[in-house]
Amino acid sequence: MGAADQGLVGASVRRKEDYRFLTGAGQYTDDVNPPNHTHAYFLRSPHAHAKIRKIDTAKAKTLPGVVAIFTGADLEGVNGLPCGWLITGTDGKPMNEPPHPVLAQGKVRHVGDQVALVIAETPDQAKDGAEAIVVDYETLPAVVNCVDALKAGAPQIHDGAPGNKCYTWALGDKAAVDAAFAKADHVAKLDIVNNRLIPNAIEPRAAVASYSRADDSYTLYVSNQNPHVERLLMTAFVLGLPEHKVRVIAPDVGGGFGSKIYLYAEETAMVWASKRVNRPIKWACERSESFLSDAHGRDHVTHVELACTKDGKFLAMRVHTIAAMGAYLSTFASCIPTILYATLLAGQYTTPVIYAEVTASFTNTAPVDAYRGAGRPEATYVVERIVHQAALDLGIAQDEIRRRNFIRTFPYQTPVALVYDTGNYDQTLDEAMKMANVKEFPARKAEAGKRGKLRGIGYASYIEACGIAPSNIAGALGARAGLFEAGEVRVHPTGSVTVFTGSHSHGQGHETTFAQVVAGRLGIPFENVDIVHGDTGRVPFGMGTYGSRSLAVGGTAIVKALDKIVAKGKKIAAHLLEAAETDIEFKDGKFSVAGTDRSKTFGEIALTAYVPHNYPLDKLEPGLNEMAFYDPTNFTFPAGTHICEVEIDPETGVVEVASFSACDDFGNIINPMIVEGQVHGGLTQGIGQALLENCVYDKETGQLLTGSYMDYAMPRADDVPSFKVGTKVTPCTHNPLGAKGCGEAGAIGAPAALMNAVHDALASSGVKYLDMPASPHRVWSAIQSAKQ
Amino acid sequence: MYAFELTRAKTVADAAAALAKSGGKALAGGQSLVGAMKLRLAQPGTLVDLSGIAELKGIRKDGDALVIGAMTRHAEVAVSSEVKSAIPVLAALAQGIGDRQVRNMGTLGGSIAHNDPAADWPAAVLGLGATVITNKRKIAADDFFKGMYETALAADEVMTAVSFPVPKKAAYIKFPNPASRFALVGVFVAQTANGVRVAVTGAAPSAFRSKPLEDALGKSFTADAAKAVKVDSKGLNADLHGSPEYRAHLIAVLASRAVTAAG
Amino acid sequence: MPVPLSLTVNGKKVSADVDSRTLLVDYLRNDLGLTGTHVGCDTGQCGACTVHLDGNAIKACTILAAQAQGGTVLTIEGLAAADGTMHPMQAAFKECHGLQCGFCTPGMVMSAIDLVNRHPKASEQTIREELEGNLCRCTGYHNIVKAVQLGASTMGK
Repeated sequence: MGAADQGLVGASVRRKEDYRFLTGAGQYTDDVNPPNHTHAYFLRSPHAHAKIRKIDTAKAKTLPGVVAIFTGADLEGVNGLPCGWLITGTDGKPMNEPPHPVLAQGKVRHVGDQVALVIAETPDQAKDGAEAIVVDYETLPAVVNCVDALKAGAPQIHDGAPGNKCYTWALGDKAAVDAAFAKADHVAKLDIVNNRLIPNAIEPRAAVASYSRADDSYTLYVSNQNPHVERLLMTAFVLGLPEHKVRVIAPDVGGGFGSKIYLYAEETAMVWASKRVNRPIKWACERSESFLSDAHGRDHVTHVELACTKDGKFLAMRVHTIAAMGAYLSTFASCIPTILYATLLAGQYTTPVIYAEVTASFTNTAPVDAYRGAGRPEATYVVERIVHQAALDLGIAQDEIRRRNFIRTFPYQTPVALVYDTGNYDQTLDEAMKMANVKEFPARKAEAGKRGKLRGIGYASYIEACGIAPSNIAGALGARAGLFEAGEVRVHPTGSVTVFTGSHSHGQGHETTFAQVVAGRLGIPFENVDIVHGDTGRVPFGMGTYGSRSLAVGGTAIVKALDKIVAKGKKIAAHLLEAAETDIEFKDGKFSVAGTDRSKTFGEIALTAYVPHNYPLDKLEPGLNEMAFYDPTNFTFPAGTHICEVEIDPETGVVEVASFSACDDFGNIINPMIVEGQVHGGLTQGIGQALLENCVYDKETGQLLTGSYMDYAMPRADDVPSFKVGTKVTPCTHNPLGAKGCGEAGAIGAPAALMNAVHDALASSGVKYLDMPASPHRVWSAIQSAKQ
Repeated sequence: MYAFELTRAKTVADAAAALAKSGGKALAGGQSLVGAMKLRLAQPGTLVDLSGIAELKGIRKDGDALVIGAMTRHAEVAVSSEVKSAIPVLAALAQGIGDRQVRNMGTLGGSIAHNDPAADWPAAVLGLGATVITNKRKIAADDFFKGMYETALAADEVMTAVSFPVPKKAAYIKFPNPASRFALVGVFVAQTANGVRVAVTGAAPSAFRSKPLEDALGKSFTADAAKAVKVDSKGLNADLHGSPEYRAHLIAVLASRAVTAAG
Repeated sequence: MPVPLSLTVNGKKVSADVDSRTLLVDYLRNDLGLTGTHVGCDTGQCGACTVHLDGNAIKACTILAAQAQGGTVLTIEGLAAADGTMHPMQAAFKECHGLQCGFCTPGMVMSAIDLVNRHPKASEQTIREELEGNLCRCTGYHNIVKAVQLGASTMGK
């Protein structure tokens, strides 16, 4: 069995987690029902910006079933929600970090801001209680646009952030960039809006908080991507509780995409309140509530210029971005438009000098933080749109201009801090072009033209930095946390293995892929390996899953623990086989003496470890249980080319995605089926951003206009085609798996590929520039404007 | 949602009496009403459930007309051989309402009594010049739709069926809102015994007939004739998904596509 | 107001007095403990709550439990055989990697079975159109379409 299973790595093994999901036996947070539990409902601000003069909960507290009501005034000794990344501005000063209260303190700053926590016997009674609370608001003018927020006279959102500025930050050599621009043959320019998105995992956020008076401990079930981080932030920074007395469990989680990384007010308030009411409290966010209160993504306004020679060689790039933080700083908000964005502006190209300046502003909107890609979709969009523009300006083919600038020597030090370890960008571009059958595009375009339709093709050659991150580098850049990962391998006496990983699976299939790695390395059956994640009570401290880090960082931690297991196994085998340790080899699940047929199986070694009779007890402890913490030495750099072909009906403005081809380099691949699934999902979210999705607040009132699926267009099955996906492999050079990560790539490359295709299709209509989303109305309007 | 009394009616008379007595609302498929109640946007004190009333079900031919019971589910209309042979456009329209799950519960009567500005059935009722039959009277389509979520039905009146005259030819083209998939604009074009009728949904507070398109198509029932009409954008809906000008443009485009589809 | 309710769920007769405003999904999840049917939105659009009522796929979040009075309900928990062997459509989703986080999956599978019942030989285009009432944020639908096609062929239709 063991030898055959070593062929598992690289195989599309079907998933262990599927049976429970397919039979309705998954345990998501809202499925948890402790005895005697109550229900929570949050009263939220109906105003975008207002002072709170008075909150009267007297009548509400008397309603049937209402157990307790808490407001900001009750939360004595409770700090605000922290931001985990300190950005230092160009003035050398730390960013403005106004308080982020758990429940509103004197002011509300966005529609949906939490004002009161109502706890009752049923959800309807909790809602009734909330409706009976009388809040006396003094409304203030609001500002929802990140650029407007910085203008003189804009409403002041936080006392501690004059002009609504969080920071102005910069990266790169401005003088060198200016010099290069002065000598350029051509400067391509674009003004770009990266539209605000709402992550919309299909499982809304949920939490169940319980307090045990018996041992003064807490248990929190929460739909979250990183339970240890959640626990640390909540106990140490906000509630002042002993960390070891709080257990955080992120059970089955129905999608995260970044939105469930953060420490939110809701579960924090519920943990605090659970002791006061001494009964478990259950909360499930309603979808329209989720629209108001989940962290949103993107929301950048950018001006970009690319200096080139007349032959399309990139000489320099300058980028100016204004990024929305929203009403409050969410957990990682500050690093998204800086560290995770500007450092990717070299793309796949040898542009020698780059300068980026980013100003982050507060707005009267929901907080903005990482959403699938987190800064890299924004960077790729800027780079690939300006490259597309430069090619048009200079009359150079889209693939050719990219080839003239590809990086071909590795490791490569970019002018924006990062060192790419390895890659082959020609390979992925060539393959993508084959998959997309670019050669016959002219014929398809002509045929569409006969039907009155406009066909276009667009490229995006993207790169991203993921597998976050080396802790010391992250710390130097302002991170307040480490970014290592933990893996513990517990071998049982009968030879089966339980692995505890600090990574968290909320769709990524780690229970399967990690088991493939473990079974492959130990030469034991796949069925004998169980992966445990998501519980601070069982798993050593890990940083969780986001930033495409799980295999590269979490997987490597497990590999290092496996190395320790094998090393100890060799010692035990040497004793049993009466050989020198250096003569013991481990292969295909067997420890053998080199050059002989004398061996012991993994199972025999495991049993011996736990029944240590014939055992070197003077030199070696019994047992076979090892763990490792792994801090990566660099980011990893997945890269590839996406090619999108669209067909537009100029009469209605409808854009159809005729085909989408993606060739990606994720390094070594453990399970191709799972990798493809990640790409499909990412591409669909990227297409969603480019074609359908847009989170819109009313400029005057600050009301959320796209408050439900009635107005926020989620991609459906008939909005996207079947995808053509392929991979090329240049293994990551600095982790033993050679893995780069794949979870975000689709969302990173797709928007630029699609919009470049739309621009290509509309070129003959005279449309020079269109922002996302390319909805039918916006496309049609652009065509009409171009006619005038 | 807020608390309410639930009454199950066994006959139309029961239902009318219960509505009169309670001042409540009739419950058909619930796809709009239950949805609104969940969001606490509607709070009827009483719901009168019509699903047990046999008289409200059924599809039958009645001379030159097709009579569809008010409690007939959209999914039933979509697959009905009676409908497909008599007025196939109605089966196609029903097939495009909401999604499959909604079609399995939602009803013809519920849809037109609710009169959502973007619902599909009002376009068909108006487009064919149908007659709404209630427990009290018969109401012509032109007199039925009064405004946004407003119809001619009295509070205690129970719709029993809709009688659709069979047209010479007809088609319905729906341009979906990318988010809700309701009609951003939907245009129903029919050549009826009394001339050309063009009904538009999704573009205004309630479904309406377009006289300019009816005049143009009355003269020349061709796609080009429809496309040449400049539809007035005044009074048309403006929202995130389309300006009045865009909707006006789509009305003409969809009308011309409907003419082509009508054959 | 309490209403008497009796219906068949996954082959078993159940009855209770429920508040008239109890949604079918809440009755299934809270009263019967059948938490496999999920709630993903509040505008009846995501389809995660899809179950079968009298053989037809419906959204359990948009009907009152009372509207299922006397009816037959089939949820995701009622699909597999008594010995745990998966229904062909469940097996097809696993084979084709038609799920990732699993949250939309029960509704997606119930919807897919209803789809195949109505369109035994559905083309890719028809499948994509017929899944309009089921949102998935993880899979991009590519493998769900494959799963429905495989399920259709193995369901013996």
